[in-house]
Amino acid sequence: MNAPLSLLKMRFLTGLQYRAAAAAGILTQLFFGLIFIMVYVAFYTHNGAAQPMSLKEVVAYVWLQQMFFALIVLWQFDVELFELITGGNIAYELCRPWRLYPIWYAKLLAARLSSASLRCLPVALVVFILPEPYRMPLPTSPAAFLLFTLALLSGLLLVAAISMLVYISVFWTMSPVGSVLMIAVAGEFFAGMIVPVPLMPGWMQTIAGLLPFRWTVDFPFRVYTGHIGVREALAGIGIQMIWLAALAAAGEWLMGRALRRVVVQGG
Amino acid sequence: MSLITLTGIGKSFKVAKRSAGFAEAVKALFVREHTIVEALRDISFTVREGEIVGYIGPNGAGKSTTIKIMCGVLVPDAGACSIMGFTPWKDRVRYVRHIGVVFGQRSQLWWDVPVIDSFELLRDIYAIPPGIYRKNLDMLTEMLSLADILCTPVRQLSLGQRMRCEIAASLLHDPAILFLDEPTIGLDAESKIAVRNFIRTINRERGVTVILTTHDMHDIEALAGRILMIGKGTLLYDGSLSELRSRYGTQKTITVDYKAGASPIDVPGVQCLSWSSGRAVYTFDSDRIDITDLINRLSAGGELADVEIGSPPVDELILQLYKEHRV
Amino acid sequence: MRLYFKYMSILFKSQLQYRTSFWLLCAGQFFVPFTVFAGIYFLFERFGKLPGWTFHEAALCFGVIHMAFSVSECFVRGFDAFSNLIVRGDFDRLLVRPRGTVIQVLGSNFEFTRFGRMLQSAVVLGIAVSGLSVQWTPAKIITLILMIFGGVAVFSGIYILAATFCFWTVQALEVANIFTDGGREMAQYPLDIYAKWVTRFFTFIIPFGAVSYLPLLYILDRTDGPDLLYMAMPLASLLFLLPCLAVWRIGVRRYRSTGS
Repeated sequence: MNAPLSLLKMRFLTGLQYRAAAAAGILTQLFFGLIFIMVYVAFYTHNGAAQPMSLKEVVAYVWLQQMFFALIVLWQFDVELFELITGGNIAYELCRPWRLYPIWYAKLLAARLSSASLRCLPVALVVFILPEPYRMPLPTSPAAFLLFTLALLSGLLLVAAISMLVYISVFWTMSPVGSVLMIAVAGEFFAGMIVPVPLMPGWMQTIAGLLPFRWTVDFPFRVYTGHIGVREALAGIGIQMIWLAALAAAGEWLMGRALRRVVVQGG
Repeated sequence: MSLITLTGIGKSFKVAKRSAGFAEAVKALFVREHTIVEALRDISFTVREGEIVGYIGPNGAGKSTTIKIMCGVLVPDAGACSIMGFTPWKDRVRYVRHIGVVFGQRSQLWWDVPVIDSFELLRDIYAIPPGIYRKNLDMLTEMLSLADILCTPVRQLSLGQRMRCEIAASLLHDPAILFLDEPTIGLDAESKIAVRNFIRTINRERGVTVILTTHDMHDIEALAGRILMIGKGTLLYDGSLSELRSRYGTQKTITVDYKAGASPIDVPGVQCLSWSSGRAVYTFDSDRIDITDLINRLSAGGELADVEIGSPPVDELILQLYKEHRV
Repeated sequence: MRLYFKYMSILFKSQLQYRTSFWLLCAGQFFVPFTVFAGIYFLFERFGKLPGWTFHEAALCFGVIHMAFSVSECFVRGFDAFSNLIVRGDFDRLLVRPRGTVIQVLGSNFEFTRFGRMLQSAVVLGIAVSGLSVQWTPAKIITLILMIFGGVAVFSGIYILAATFCFWTVQALEVANIFTDGGREMAQYPLDIYAKWVTRFFTFIIPFGAVSYLPLLYILDRTDGPDLLYMAMPLASLLFLLPCLAVWRIGVRRYRSTGS
């Protein structure tokens, strides 16, 4: 059987066991979502009319962020992988009959999926029945919802590829904290995790447009709300694919170089 | 004069019942079923100043529970305890100043800094006057050969070195009583001997009362004049090692080495443990069989090269005790 | 008190052993909340103001709360990380020493990398003060300092409650983060922008309001009542902290009678 796929399944099932942590996580997501929305409500009462995004769209954005938090967040620490890289045991991994990139990629993907699947549904159950103005809006159209699902999934693949680059960089920095820090701080911001991209100042939006991060969070969520229309969404999914191919190729190549270094230097 | 007196100490714990199965797990969300485990029942003993007492028993017998009560960490359900005039759990802060504790598995030293830094912080925690601290530090450094390792971070020490530092740390404040929980566990032979010698010396020269829990019977042999044995929460034996030997120690083993091929000898009342050409091992009851007579009989099987008579190891004695009390 | 500093210095020495890691974490502690602050700045740029609050006023609130949070994360880490102590069985070690449990738990852990966040808070406070047209009297400066101390008292109280919870179970501990991290997220904005029940909860039950919102009004010259009342408001946080300590003692007593 395909090694990365079976690893994916195994890691996914293991992740489902962390129920207590998930329960606490659900409460946290709900609480934080409420706070964020309350702050936006306060902002919008003053000057809400002339904004690039309506309050309703922002509310949807916030709840989608909380629901799918585990899928999209860049601050992730797979301790096992870090220890493999910084310790000497990477040598054992090189003895196995498969390429490392797909294996690790599958692992990262599965961890996110299992974490998210435990939390997504309970949070969704609550947020669709909250009182206004906190209630999660329904998708604007079936097409929007379908495109949203596609965009979210390819966004997930993209996030995993970005995450892989973080882990691969540790081969050079030898510091998990350092690597995650460098990429995650800016990455989270430009993904739209702090502020939705349309609400950023113009110059910042330009920068965000050049980077891959916004395609993981900002893009799929705005497809859901219809802020991004159907045609634009389809084009966007295409761009996601291009970024995914580029980052995955870069990741594979860099990893190859890193591993060759390990073999030459003895770890 | 009794330094330590325990009278009728009892302690029970509520242990949550965990059953398998989904239905049980759901039920457990609402109602927690408990079983009461009686860890200690009517424990009474006294320890005089200057004694070394070995506190032994199978795992789960209640050893660490008793120690925790004596250290003031745990409050018992029943009974009284008076140590140096204090009730340990009531006068905790004032009482604890007079005891030193070494937990074999867990370190009381700060991991990433040199040993001497930990010592100095302990000096501040125990408010040891500088003159006394200096004097004790010098003495302990010499007696435990710590001079080379005082400036090394604890994480870089071997287990033997670390244990020597732990014991030193527990004596900096001149405690009257030292509680040692498995102090020689995992140590190499040389370190074990060093630790045992040190404990004997500190007891002899400075009159420190020592309560020692251990599974290593050589510790007991080397140190403990007195043994307290606990099993299933009750005190099963309170006496000296020599008494124990005389009670169960009449069983002896005799090992004979023959010069050339010999034939096995059957002696009534004597059991053969093993026989190979050249060596035979028998056990016998030294109260009932005369040793000279036995050797004479065994020499009939061939020319004797060597004869060795051994007492049963302390482990065996303890096992007998366990068997007798069915623990 | 001197003993507390001794604990601090030994742990500082300990943490400095891991130099690169220390500085990196420190840097992280600076940049992460800074991006949140940047986000707030951009939102203000777009919306102009929050109802009743300008950017610099909100920044003052933000700076105070984050400063209080980072100070308590650094110096009260012993209670924040108490679950480790209990799980490893090291609490018994503390009980064998001739000192109270509170001072020993406080001395068991410090997180010096939080200096990064403290620095960030200082920068934010600087930005806030530079943009405010407030007359800085000594009374107001004292109030500001008291606000920070009050905030530390509130966060510490939450840590102590969460630590006491560990005596029963270590399971649902993350819920405590809702009150610390969540409390911080919420209190970093002036409290009156929220719905009434939220404001009330965070003024009377977990008194962030007494610590940040009310004295803030005084500093910004928006109050009518007696000045002294507003200045002394942060001390109300002690009304929260002292019961938390009492709960801690109950927890220790329970631990000593049931054994863990």
